[in-house]
Amino acid sequence: MVRISLTVNGRPYQGEVEPRTLLVTLLRDHLHLTGTHIGCDTSQCGACVVHLDGISVKACTVLALQADGATVTTIEGLAQEATLHPLQEGFWAEHGLQCGFCTPGMIMSAADLLQQNPDPSDEEIRHALEGNLCRCTGYENIVRAVRYAAQQMQSAQKT
Amino acid sequence: MIPSPFAFYAPSRLDEAVRLLQQYGDEAKLLAGGHSLLPTMKLRLATPAVLIDLHKISDLVGVTVGERVTIGSMTTWSALEADATLCEALPVLAATIRLIGDRQVRNRGTLGGALAHADPAADAPAVVLVLNGTLTIYGPAGIRTIAADDFFVDMLTTALAPDEILTAITLDRVGPGEGAAYLKFAHPASRYALVGVAAFLRVEAGQVSACRVAVTGAGVRAERLTNVEAMLLHQPAQPDLFARAARGAADTLEILGDLHASETYRRAMVEVYIHRALVAAAASLRAS
Repeated sequence: MVRISLTVNGRPYQGEVEPRTLLVTLLRDHLHLTGTHIGCDTSQCGACVVHLDGISVKACTVLALQADGATVTTIEGLAQEATLHPLQEGFWAEHGLQCGFCTPGMIMSAADLLQQNPDPSDEEIRHALEGNLCRCTGYENIVRAVRYAAQQMQSAQKT
Repeated sequence: MIPSPFAFYAPSRLDEAVRLLQQYGDEAKLLAGGHSLLPTMKLRLATPAVLIDLHKISDLVGVTVGERVTIGSMTTWSALEADATLCEALPVLAATIRLIGDRQVRNRGTLGGALAHADPAADAPAVVLVLNGTLTIYGPAGIRTIAADDFFVDMLTTALAPDEILTAITLDRVGPGEGAAYLKFAHPASRYALVGVAAFLRVEAGQVSACRVAVTGAGVRAERLTNVEAMLLHQPAQPDLFARAARGAADTLEILGDLHASETYRRAMVEVYIHRALVAAAASLRAS
């Protein structure tokens, strides 16, 4: 067992892990943050996307040890108290989910995109979400949801 | 799925990593971006007893754009994509990176990891071959360099010795009068190359004065197509030349068939993509 310490959603965490522990296992089983999902287990579906030091990663393909000393943000860390993140609001307003399994990963990937590109085109949104699979929506409303969030965030900045 | 147990090291110095490789030999694997290795370990297709993570070795990260371009082996695809000077010097690399995996894969995956893994369907090897790549390798005897042409040996096998580490990749810039392109026929689900072809052309006074063409995804390893290059050299750079050079070009190539594409189909697609890559390289010629 190896001792690690990291910050998850603003809270410090210290614990011991086996080297083979995946970051997603640490989040779900040790910290009980089950919003980060495990879908394919082979780095393709994107249900487990979280931010590691501000960059989106597939938490099923990063070792918990590799997050030692890092800052991790999961879907649970996006909302400000009772106020939803514009992406969370967008997925709700634009019906960007049906079963909801892919949604946390979709939102975390989209949040990474909007940090780097606050006004993406539909093509850029689709390119940025290539690593996230959805079996329900056909993606149209997901693109709309991201566009909704981008507009909300931009108008919030102007005011 | 969880990998079988292993011991984990994250040295901050290159010589320390080599010492660990010497100490653990076949039991150890180097960890770069991990997006090939960790899934393989989760499936228990690989069960290394020791993982040596290279992320803390800062010497392995960075880009230098000079007469040639040098990229540290642990530089991620995303870092390369975000480097405007690099993308201007090598538009073909920037375009290729957009085709690799997805955003999260590119946030972790590295050029050096992709080359050292030598997946037969990886994109980067073909591009490194046509950009006349030189690979810098560090091992117990110090530093050596090797041409990309000599690096890819077989499926998942390179010229790296078990105790050596790929540290940097040096590529030719695409200069005036030169153009390069990489096109792939991507598997619709995995996005790996069913067939990928990279082409580099230099055209002087309307004639091809230098060229390199390489294929990936078709056989056990990425390789140069010297027969195509010989057809092109010193010929007028016109569309019919590219069609002629592609025709029959895959006849003598060793091609693998699998459940995604038969050998015959792949062979046909190699020729289609040679043609398209040459046309695209010619269309991207930079003003001289």
